[in-house]
Amino acid sequence: MSILEIRDISKRFGGLQALDNVSFTVQQGSIKALIGPNGAGKTTLFNLVSGVLEPDSGAINFNGSPIQGLKPYQVAACGIARTFQLIRLFPRMSALENIMIGRHVHSRAGFVAGMLNLPWTCREEKEIRGKSLEIMRFLGIEGMAESEANSLAYGQQRIVELGRALACEPKLLLLDEPVAGLNMRETSEMAKLIVKIRTAGITVLLVEHDMTLVMNISDEIVVLSYGQKIAEDKPLGIQKNPEVIKVYLGEEDA
Amino acid sequence: MGHRTYASIPFFDGMQHIELLSQYLVAGITYGTIYAVVAIGFNIIYNATGIINFAQGEFVMLGGMTAVMLHTLLPLPLAILGAVIITMTVGALIEIVFIRWLTSPAVLRLTIITIGIAILIREIALALWGTGVKALPYFTGTAVTVISIGDVHISPQVLWVISISAVMVVILHFFFTYTLLGRQMRACASNRDAARLCGISAKNMVTLSFVLSAGIGALAGCVVSPITYVQYDSGTSLAIKGFTVAILGGLGNSMAAIAAGLILGILESFSIWVMPTAYKDVIAISILLLILFVRPSGIFGNVEASRLKEF
Amino acid sequence: MARNKYLRIAIFTACVIAIQIITSFAGKTPYLTQLTMAGYYSLVIIGLTLLMGYTGQISLGHAGFFAIGGYLSAFLTTYNLIPYKDKLVVTWLAKTGALVMRQDLYGRDILAVQPWAACILAVLVTIAIAYVIGRPVLKLKGHYLAMATLGFGTIVYKIVLGTGLLGAADGLSDIPGFRLIPGLEVSGKAALRIQNYYIAWGLVILGVTLLTNLIHSRVGRALRSIHGAEDAANAMGVNTSQYKQNIFILSAVFAAVGGVFLTHFNGGIGPSEASIMKSVRYVAIIAIGGMANLWGALSMGTVLNFLSLRGYFGSYDDAVFGFILVVIMLLAPEGLLRTDLFRDIRKRFQHKPSQEEQSP
Repeated sequence: MSILEIRDISKRFGGLQALDNVSFTVQQGSIKALIGPNGAGKTTLFNLVSGVLEPDSGAINFNGSPIQGLKPYQVAACGIARTFQLIRLFPRMSALENIMIGRHVHSRAGFVAGMLNLPWTCREEKEIRGKSLEIMRFLGIEGMAESEANSLAYGQQRIVELGRALACEPKLLLLDEPVAGLNMRETSEMAKLIVKIRTAGITVLLVEHDMTLVMNISDEIVVLSYGQKIAEDKPLGIQKNPEVIKVYLGEEDA
Repeated sequence: MGHRTYASIPFFDGMQHIELLSQYLVAGITYGTIYAVVAIGFNIIYNATGIINFAQGEFVMLGGMTAVMLHTLLPLPLAILGAVIITMTVGALIEIVFIRWLTSPAVLRLTIITIGIAILIREIALALWGTGVKALPYFTGTAVTVISIGDVHISPQVLWVISISAVMVVILHFFFTYTLLGRQMRACASNRDAARLCGISAKNMVTLSFVLSAGIGALAGCVVSPITYVQYDSGTSLAIKGFTVAILGGLGNSMAAIAAGLILGILESFSIWVMPTAYKDVIAISILLLILFVRPSGIFGNVEASRLKEF
Repeated sequence: MARNKYLRIAIFTACVIAIQIITSFAGKTPYLTQLTMAGYYSLVIIGLTLLMGYTGQISLGHAGFFAIGGYLSAFLTTYNLIPYKDKLVVTWLAKTGALVMRQDLYGRDILAVQPWAACILAVLVTIAIAYVIGRPVLKLKGHYLAMATLGFGTIVYKIVLGTGLLGAADGLSDIPGFRLIPGLEVSGKAALRIQNYYIAWGLVILGVTLLTNLIHSRVGRALRSIHGAEDAANAMGVNTSQYKQNIFILSAVFAAVGGVFLTHFNGGIGPSEASIMKSVRYVAIIAIGGMANLWGALSMGTVLNFLSLRGYFGSYDDAVFGFILVVIMLLAPEGLLRTDLFRDIRKRFQHKPSQEEQSP
């Protein structure tokens, strides 16, 4: 069953056609990778799905319902969470608090309840905290719960950001270059985590330049170039695809 | 600005309808010209630094008040010259003391600092000159001298205001377009790092922008003081109205500021017909809020460019 | 964590009581008047701290909300409705108990709105205005936001200054006391001085408690996330514009309540309460108190307002706050502007950079 359907999506920025009639689907419970040279439109596509941008034309369907044009917080409420290419943690909050924000869509306490500190909000806070710690254990980072996000190492920050997205209990997880800037060991650990996430039943759509990672863990790959889809296939098929080879000819593997 | 009503100006007695209309128009143009000059001052500094210098209105006030003070010792032209030079020095000092030495300054923070500076200048003016209103004498003739163009009677001072402001604008235009220094300033404004690589001292350009803005503000204050009087707190409402005009025309666009200034001046002037004088200032601010809410890039501004410049 | 946050409030309450006892003992009971007034100003300040410190939205017009609250309650409780006694609206209002017949300062009978009804109405109007203004204003950023709030404050000021019904330059006076419950009245009567001191600071303690709870709640976390990285907060499901608007409205309500109560305590209100200088004062206090620091703003605000009210700054009152604003913004503006400038300032003092300053 396809959980995400991108249908004839186009987006133009002034003179630049960032995406040109791109279509593909993502099957539930799979890991799909979106690859392509720089400027191919991958992050633009992410921004369209997560609600930061609105497409000029085309449709984005999530679990059968259209989500194009929804605001980011509404997209999150639908069950889609994302990480960012350049880490966007909340710098002065602790790692745990960062992850607790992810629970926002699954909690209710509002202004009045918050100001009056009603008993049910205390219970809810404990629940939020508990669930967030659980996620940190799942990712193996419970040790840094109280550390300020700023003070963490880059690799740790990446994992915290992943945890924050997981806290949303998403059905679909968008990962924007999850291993950018990580060394080999960190990259393979992240790869293991992503597979663990899929095993837990969450669908993953990721943008990446690291071809080894992509080929190893993806079920399917979509290749974009200059805003157009040039291939969509299993990893082996992509490796043999002449169009893809042409596009990457002369480019170094990450 | 001074609180004289138009009725107190002698030559308004016994006017015909059309003459009243033209008086409102002339008043609107007069005030509008001053608003435009303040807006141009805003734009010069904004273009060079990206900050909104809230002390812009105080430059006008300082120019007028200092000139009046100097006039007790010097003939009028020298008093005005002295006032302009002194105000320009104040402008340079403000930049050097408060702005220059900050590394990676955030624009909003600097804007708030200029608000604080404006308050301090105002309080110093209060301490120096008290709360009284002051004015330079009319440049030519007296308060009752009148030049008649058909049925329209205007004070020669109005012509001074318009002509001096026009000359200032033309000189500025020449400066920025044809002189090396002016072009260096424009280069700095559009791309600071590239300008630095060409050997242009960005720091000095910023100081120069403050000096220029202070100078034109001071001159405007001198030339308009006979008509409107100045007092220690004249600067505040001028700053808000000047800012409104600058935004109305599109922040950074000085040619548009002239048109916008005239529009605001005339609108304000005619507003007396439909609402009590006490609410006159509300017009300008309402326009400001309206523009900010609906089209912050201004009437003539470029929407994309203003979004980029936004912070 | 839970114990910690209430501990500070408990200590604060103890201080409030201690100060009252000390001043009464020392025979300086008149000081209590200024302290009470400082308390009502503190209400504005703590609300504004939440807005500026926790969501990073600057407001240079909050005195406007204070004035809206104060002027509305002043006007409603002093405007004589006897000439309109026979109108339908008035008779209906009288039936609901919203009106009261009383004697004014000169012994004349007047029919005016009852203080509780006036207070509630003033708060509701404030919420409405904050809602309408907040929507478009909060979409603006940086100096556009500052200017818009400045413009709002100036409009309120010009309106109260220029409207005869609101007393124009003289403001409104002869405001009756506000009887909260039988036995507790907000008014300037000397005999009730101590009572009013506790009403004011009781209100502040209540406000601080509510806000502290809020800061430590899910909402508070969401607010901090907005301040930390607004786009990421949005992506995590936080409706950032709704939250910013709600905080704006909440801070406006705090300011308005302060205005209502101070007006009844003083027995009057004037246009200067709406002036830009007052708004700048609030911002300067929050800046010096530490931006997101509720207690810093509260303590600094109390001290500075008390000194100002007692006249220690003389005619340099406005200059002092302007000076504070400039100095703090130059040297320690942390928190408001999302950049770690304090570290930069220290770095600046440690080694002089040989290259030009960075572009803004």
